[in-house]
Amino acid sequence: MPTGLKITQGTFSYLPDLSDDEIRAQIQYGIDNGWAVAIEYTDDPHPRNSYWDMWGMPMFDLEDAAGGMHEVTRCREAFSNQYIKVSLYNPKLTKQTIALQFIVNRPNHEPGFRLVRQEGADRTIRYSMEPYAAIQPHGDRYAD
Amino acid sequence: MPILENYLTKVNKSSIAFLVIEYYSCADNPVKWPEKLERTEENMAGTSDPARPRWMAGVMPYKEMGYWKPDYVPEDSDIIAAFRITPQDGVEPDEAAAAVAGESSTATWTVVWTDRLTAHDNYQAKAYKVIPVPNSSPPSWIAYIAYKHDLFEEGSIANLTSSIIGNVFGFKALKALRLEDMHIPREYIKTFQGPPHGIITEREVVNKYGRPLLGATTKPKLGLSPRNYGRVVYEALRGGLDFVKDDENINSQNFNRWRDRYLYCMEAVHRAEEVTGETKGHYLNVTAATMEDMYERAEFAKELGSVIIMIDLTIGFTAMTSMSHWARANGLILHLHRAGYATYARQKNHGVNFRVLSKWCRLLGVDHIHSGTVVGKLEGDPNAIQGYYNTLREDKVAANAVQGIYFEQDWAHMPGVMPVASGGIHAGQMHQLLHYLGEDVVLQFGGGTIGHPMGVAAGATANRVAVEAMIQARNEGRDYYKEGPDILKKASKTCSPLASALEVWGDITFDFESTDVPDVLELPTPVS
Repeated sequence: MPTGLKITQGTFSYLPDLSDDEIRAQIQYGIDNGWAVAIEYTDDPHPRNSYWDMWGMPMFDLEDAAGGMHEVTRCREAFSNQYIKVSLYNPKLTKQTIALQFIVNRPNHEPGFRLVRQEGADRTIRYSMEPYAAIQPHGDRYAD
Repeated sequence: MPILENYLTKVNKSSIAFLVIEYYSCADNPVKWPEKLERTEENMAGTSDPARPRWMAGVMPYKEMGYWKPDYVPEDSDIIAAFRITPQDGVEPDEAAAAVAGESSTATWTVVWTDRLTAHDNYQAKAYKVIPVPNSSPPSWIAYIAYKHDLFEEGSIANLTSSIIGNVFGFKALKALRLEDMHIPREYIKTFQGPPHGIITEREVVNKYGRPLLGATTKPKLGLSPRNYGRVVYEALRGGLDFVKDDENINSQNFNRWRDRYLYCMEAVHRAEEVTGETKGHYLNVTAATMEDMYERAEFAKELGSVIIMIDLTIGFTAMTSMSHWARANGLILHLHRAGYATYARQKNHGVNFRVLSKWCRLLGVDHIHSGTVVGKLEGDPNAIQGYYNTLREDKVAANAVQGIYFEQDWAHMPGVMPVASGGIHAGQMHQLLHYLGEDVVLQFGGGTIGHPMGVAAGATANRVAVEAMIQARNEGRDYYKEGPDILKKASKTCSPLASALEVWGDITFDFESTDVPDVLELPTPVS
């Protein structure tokens, strides 16, 4: 049973975890729209961490969602206790951005974030936030 | 008044020239052809009166001064306006259209010889078509008027509007006048940078894709102390909304000064980011009496780490443009509340259609603009609203009579503006909202969040679950519009706040007839 604070980045984080069939359906929606499928994983879920590690290159020429789901499964096997997300990328002119993104794997325990307040003059505060997990070096985070 | 009557027989009583009574009632001489002037082509140009040369001092119909050119073929670089004109009784529509063209470009009420110092053919706006509006009472016409882009200063909506809507709306010869649409050529578009960020960059900044963003306006909009105000912000954001918003009229009153409000709101934003791991925002309204005050407030919002600020339409086009430039230079998203727009945008026969205001705001550059809800409490025909949304978001917009769009519009890759739907909407309408408004929109549930029986955070969660469930169903290929209530009901089985929201608000809608429906539609389109 997952514990801690569920990070709600990505579409569908407020729904019960998607089943593999449901993930496949979303990937198929992207393929049908002509979007590339990208899988990324991280042990640093800071909301401004824009560059999760890429599970290979984005798949531009998928014809069937099964291929995408296969890579999700392989990524889960390799990084079972990290965050993994699927991005569907729309390369069309005037878009050229992510069209849909959702989390498909989480650590068993999500310790959440530490909010740090640096008090300034006149009641101003400068805020910073760091994932508790990121206090540990890569490799030691989200250990079982 | 014999002189006046003499004149009227010459210029046709249907001309609007008869309104210029003051001039002719004191004229010494009746108009007549000067004895020594030759009847050359130039001296006769445009005039229908064999007794009157084109450049003779005095009043002549606008359409004979070059402002009515039925043969004119607009050039690609022209700005074209479609006006709904309702002339006074007896004024011919082509003369009324010419008068609008004249007064919105070079003309004054009488012939001036100084026109001849200019290439006046170029600078004169040209009315080239009038089309009667079927079944209109009093009778009205759509007049098409073309303007050379030389007439307008680059990058200045203030200048554009001073010409196009500057004098003509009070013209005595017209009962009413409405600017329905404008075609903006690429030559003029390229003098503006448009939204400081636009939809694509905004989504990348807040890291949220593929679904409508969710917001709420803090309520009550006036009266809360800064500390209590921030509580509402925190609860709504931690519950699942992406943004909370100052209302248009909370600026810096005695019960809630701006600096204190900003401090508490940004505490709320950062706390909500801590407990969700998402980027959150509160639209801090920087609207103030002076530009200096607005810059001071915006700087403070930036210093506290806000990703977004807000302005009201009431500050004016130039102030909006200045804040747009500031927002781009400082990396903050710019939200516009269209406070006051309905004073001139709502009535069908007079004012400026919101689709035109949308174009001006995209050009001068805002990232968000309130644009109607279809199903909520505020005015708006569904088809017309879809036209506004397309105008704000798309790169190429085709003419579309059903949506009231008169001209195709190519935005030359200018970023799109995120429309905001706010006012009387709730989670139970999620399928309708997605159907009518699409996914590039901010759905703002003020009462629908804060009025939730289980509290503000629960209200926010209900909205977030509803939108994610509807997106999931749509992407799976389901007929979500038809099955919407079932999809929501199923999602509510694992989300008691949604179940509670559906129970309280059910299928409440505000179904009043719109006061402004595109002409092609005989009846207002019902929302079902």
